[in-house]
Amino acid sequence: MSMERSLSTLPTDPPTPRTPPSARPLLPSRATLEEAILPPLVALMLAAVVGDLLILSFGQSPSAVFHLLLEGTWGNAYGFGQVLYKATTLVFTGLAVGLGLRAGLFNIGAESQLAAGGFTAAMVGILLPAGIPALLCLPIYLIAAALGGGVVGAVPGVLKARFGAHEVIVTIMLNFVVLALLNYLTSEKFHVPDTLHTAELKSGALPRLGDMFAAYHGSAANVTILLALLAAFALGWYLFRTRRGFELRAVGLQPGAAEYAGVDVGGVTWRALTISGALAGLGGLNFVLGYKHYYEEGFATGAGFLGIAVALVGRSHPVGIVLAALLFATLSQGGLAVNALVPKQMVDVLQAVVILAVSTSVPEVRRLLRSVRRSADR
Amino acid sequence: MSLTAFLAQTLRIAIPYLLAAAGGVMSERAGLIGLTLEGYMLGGAFCAAVGSYAAGAPWVGVVAAVVGGAALAMLYATSAIRFRADQVVVGIAINLLAIGLTRFFLRLFFDSSSNSPRVPGFTVRGSGTGFIALLQNPLVWIGVLVMPLIAWLLYRTPFGLRVRAVGEHPGAAASVGVSVAKVRYLAVALSGMLAGLGGAYLALDQHQFTDGMTAGRGFIALAATIFGRWDPKRAALACLLFAAAETLQIRLQGSDAIPSQFVEMIPYVLTIVALAGVVGRAIPPAALGRTPSA
Repeated sequence: MSMERSLSTLPTDPPTPRTPPSARPLLPSRATLEEAILPPLVALMLAAVVGDLLILSFGQSPSAVFHLLLEGTWGNAYGFGQVLYKATTLVFTGLAVGLGLRAGLFNIGAESQLAAGGFTAAMVGILLPAGIPALLCLPIYLIAAALGGGVVGAVPGVLKARFGAHEVIVTIMLNFVVLALLNYLTSEKFHVPDTLHTAELKSGALPRLGDMFAAYHGSAANVTILLALLAAFALGWYLFRTRRGFELRAVGLQPGAAEYAGVDVGGVTWRALTISGALAGLGGLNFVLGYKHYYEEGFATGAGFLGIAVALVGRSHPVGIVLAALLFATLSQGGLAVNALVPKQMVDVLQAVVILAVSTSVPEVRRLLRSVRRSADR
Repeated sequence: MSLTAFLAQTLRIAIPYLLAAAGGVMSERAGLIGLTLEGYMLGGAFCAAVGSYAAGAPWVGVVAAVVGGAALAMLYATSAIRFRADQVVVGIAINLLAIGLTRFFLRLFFDSSSNSPRVPGFTVRGSGTGFIALLQNPLVWIGVLVMPLIAWLLYRTPFGLRVRAVGEHPGAAASVGVSVAKVRYLAVALSGMLAGLGGAYLALDQHQFTDGMTAGRGFIALAATIFGRWDPKRAALACLLFAAAETLQIRLQGSDAIPSQFVEMIPYVLTIVALAGVVGRAIPPAALGRTPSA
């Protein structure tokens, strides 16, 4: 998989002899930035063109539709709150996929890991007695959600490390298995009669932004967003400041070289996929702790797959992932905002176009930039 | 339950799997991951409904489905081969694109967010679900014959030899003058056409297109491809096995014997077990998922 490598690397220039190896530049080099930012820009331009065509085919004016899209997302507090809510889940799934990519692994299972994390958190919520302060419950919920997603992530991790089973296929197949299992548990065992959701948590629900700022009233945004930012920071720390993270990135860049240097490649593999699953599982808290306070079938359908897009556009870097999550959340909330003029399904097409364009232009842009630089050097 | 009814229902469920898995075998043997089968099927189903509705003839729908499946396949192939994009990422994007486009054009053409109007199919209404009704449908014949044809193509023709070569060792194939890219484009196009036919079968059998009607069948076909170890004969058996399990589940509905969700898991669990190599390891084509540098 040649792209996995290129996805997971932000190439750095060879070290100049004068800088001591410990001193890291504050800002990435211009070359790195160009290679990171140009493909998403190309993709957005292409998406805008395709969007125009779709809007025109529906007999509407593109400028009116795009104006409405911005108005309904960043233009008012409710819309912005919904963007934040959707972005929160996408940050978690984006980090999950991004961590995998850094290790050269493709986790397509975020979809079911997210659901599993939400389900285990909701189950714990039913067991906990009422009246415990939210701050005391939070660690328990964090562990429950991370365990739920982590176990689902560990399966492909162990199968890959132990038997070499391709993680892409295993995670895809496992999505169906886990979702069917959760469907069974919810619809046959734990649902509230006449609904498709479990009983509400008795304690530990997190406050919504609407509770603190009146303008956000009615939107689903909640303080889980702080957990998402914390997770992004923690992942950045793990990847770039710890030995384990260094090993993980080394395996992603050159598994053979990493193994020769004494890294336990199998260990990195199952650890990466387990942590990846745990991160996706934590995303379930956004709905279960922050929004509805119960587990419901399909509470975040598609968020796992969009996590792949988020990690890709965010170039598997925590900062990029947060920004890309905002972009994709804006698109999906924007679809609802423009539904009166054009079918909201237009947004599904645009999201697909962004992924296609980014993934096809990353290698191409890098090649072009490098040949331009080479000829400039000459 | 009568055995004939069981077998007829199994065959009826197996046809789209056979068509799509034949596409999966072609694509994966040539080195391109068959994640996109679901998207081809959905696109094919939609094009079949539109073509059949517009022309009033199911054959036009079949041709439209083949064209639609091939168009999505060429988009996949161009991204993965010409632009060397990651196959998994592009594959997922193609599936999202198929979902988005079918939904958008469902609204545009039929002003509905759930289904198309009734379209002409091959079977006459009221002819039942037995073998007689099945045999009226030419797509059933194609579905039954497709795997033997693919086996012949792969193992008995120069083109098939090239497909296997570019999937196992593209460098070696290129060194003896085979155009790796050309063979891969052809194999992927064929895979899109076949999976598109599978989608056409679904839409014409139900006489309409409904949103998301493939419901993961493309992934079951992918599972059959892998569980069948990338061999047409074994993949065909896998399709029949998965279809028989599904038939059993439908027949058992209402009884509390086994929850339906557990029967749904069977294809996926079997595939994971096969990949883990607990019983006879499934080893993919060596160059699967890799695009050699030009």
